[in-house]
Amino acid sequence: MRLRKRQRPLDGTPVEAGPSTDPPTGDHVDGVRTDTLPLAQVGLDGTTPATAGERPTETERISLLDLSAEPTASPRQGRRAERKARRAKKSQGRPRMRIPDLLDEAVLGIGTRPARLILTMVGTVAGIAALVATLGLGQTAGGQIAGRFDAVAATRVVVSVPAPPGPPGESADTSALPWDAADRALRLAGVAAAATISEVDIGDDRVAGVKLVDPAGANTLDVPVLAASPGLLEAEGGTLSTGRFFDAGHSARADHVVVLGSRAAAALGINRVDSMPSIFLGDDAYVVIGIIDTAERRPEILDAVVIPEGTAAAKYKLTAPGELDLRTVIGAAQQVSRQVAIAIAPEDPTTVKVKAPPPPGSLGGDVSSDVNGLFLAFGAVALVVGGLGIANVTLLSVMERTGEIGLRRALGAKRRHIAGQFLTESAMIGTVGGLIGAALGILAVLVVCLVREWTPVLDTWLALIAPPLGIVIGLLAGAYPAVKAAAVEPMTALRQGS
Amino acid sequence: MTPVVELIGVGRTYPGPPEVSAVREVNLVIEPGDYLSIVGPSGSGKSTLLHLLGLLDRPTAGQYLLDGRDVAGLGQGARAAARGGRIGFVFQAFHLLGRRSVLDNVMLSMLYQGVPRSQRRPRALAALDRVGLSARTDFLPTQLSGGERQRVAIARALSGEPSLLLADEPTGNLDQANAAGVMDLFDELHRSGLTLAVITHDEDVSRRAQRRVRISDGELSAL
Repeated sequence: MRLRKRQRPLDGTPVEAGPSTDPPTGDHVDGVRTDTLPLAQVGLDGTTPATAGERPTETERISLLDLSAEPTASPRQGRRAERKARRAKKSQGRPRMRIPDLLDEAVLGIGTRPARLILTMVGTVAGIAALVATLGLGQTAGGQIAGRFDAVAATRVVVSVPAPPGPPGESADTSALPWDAADRALRLAGVAAAATISEVDIGDDRVAGVKLVDPAGANTLDVPVLAASPGLLEAEGGTLSTGRFFDAGHSARADHVVVLGSRAAAALGINRVDSMPSIFLGDDAYVVIGIIDTAERRPEILDAVVIPEGTAAAKYKLTAPGELDLRTVIGAAQQVSRQVAIAIAPEDPTTVKVKAPPPPGSLGGDVSSDVNGLFLAFGAVALVVGGLGIANVTLLSVMERTGEIGLRRALGAKRRHIAGQFLTESAMIGTVGGLIGAALGILAVLVVCLVREWTPVLDTWLALIAPPLGIVIGLLAGAYPAVKAAAVEPMTALRQGS
Repeated sequence: MTPVVELIGVGRTYPGPPEVSAVREVNLVIEPGDYLSIVGPSGSGKSTLLHLLGLLDRPTAGQYLLDGRDVAGLGQGARAAARGGRIGFVFQAFHLLGRRSVLDNVMLSMLYQGVPRSQRRPRALAALDRVGLSARTDFLPTQLSGGERQRVAIARALSGEPSLLLADEPTGNLDQANAAGVMDLFDELHRSGLTLAVITHDEDVSRRAQRRVRISDGELSAL
């Protein structure tokens, strides 16, 4: 113990000060345990015999590291003997290095040189980012092109709940669109606008511009009456030529207001609304508050008189909206059409009938596959460059760490341990590169979509495949350096300087 | 008692042309607890003998019994396992990993021997305590003096609980004071029962050993 205390340097003092400053005591303590043996006994002058102490007998030999406790020495020795016996029995057996150790060593191997790690990864990151971005943009652009050709049809989804077969009237309430169908649909991602629209059966009532007692009924018109939710214009891509559309307040109060389609307005002789003209439905007067100029998705609106749903419900016993019209963002129609049924009738989505545009047509598909082919080739080239980058730096690192490899071999590492470590290192670099690359690629797609106001379309597999791809690249790139590392001869490595 | 090392008629010939016999007909016994030094000038076959003793190379002739077991004919992997378990190396150039802490460096020797992770740290700490570096466990090797670095290397060798500590010019890169410290540590280890073999060209270093042999022209002779 005294020895240790004396040799242990005080804070900061070099250790070499210890032995030389102690004057030799000269007395030779034979057979005394080293614990009490002064270090100075074996001086530098060489006068003391080289055999400073007698060689301990076998019973005195305890485990070197077990300074304190002799009792614990025997079980350890027992275990050690057991281990040695096992080792002797099957020394060619399985490697004793475990996966956590391998990962630890690899992390420390690459983690202690962060700058180099980043440089090594750049190639892989760029390659995988390019691949993900180009594939993602290819898909997005494909959807975009398909959308351009028929933007109206590609974004239109019509939802209805047909009456179930069987006696009519009875189950009408349970199998109809809810009044808030439009609001429900608007909560879905990808729905740009939604409105419900219904034909209104006005019975014997007639639409008339002027209230006249005319037995011949000559001044009345056979104009269809529609009830709609306030979002109709947005949902149908419509515009007003004058006035305004009714809002939720009109509907809630069941106000007697109408909006006229342009052709209906012409037939009724109305072309301005600032004088608050009225028309009659049956005996009731309705104030005309607006005239619809266009309605590209439902041109039949232009022939019709449109009243708020609340009014239709109060006056004409409209029990439920007839159809729900959705305008989706470009590329989202397929997804929205799958989801909207659940939003409308969560208890039984199968009762809901959804009319959706066909999936992006053959034209769009062709264009996007052309684009994809080009982009894929580009991404593949980037990946090869990235892999070469890893291979290059790993090879450099193997050469640099020749001494370390030799040391590990001297400490008992087998060739496969060395190869495994370098392979693990390059696979890790590849994986991290793949993850970062995938994130950057997706980010790039999103940025392009934001700038061009496109809808990003990305397959999930694109993000999921990036890390495994990184591993594969890392393993391929690390194979040759790992073989080189495993071939390092410990003798030559160890004879070199550190 | 089984000798730690027993070389019987060991030779190592490097294939030519011209064929070179680096070591010839070497007979050497190292008993447990021996402190042996092997001296010889460069080119005498010293390195070859070191490689053979350290299982870094295999002899072309003769028998090598390590702890009573013939290891001369072992293959690559078995030799690696045997040297990890039974031989602790101390090198002239220390061979510490510069970016890993002292403690990590010492624990490295147990990595390839299947020592459970939970045991590595206490064993490494005990070994560092043994060489008087308990206060330096978290330092990087670059922050240590040469003598301290060599002590770390010795602790690394000790933590593997080797049958034989094999030192190759252990003081070659050290100044006198540091070299003396390391040699004192060797004496100390010897007294506690460790078997040591020191290979050196330095007569002063070799004189510290209990037994000395000389190698010249590939042949071994007692001193």
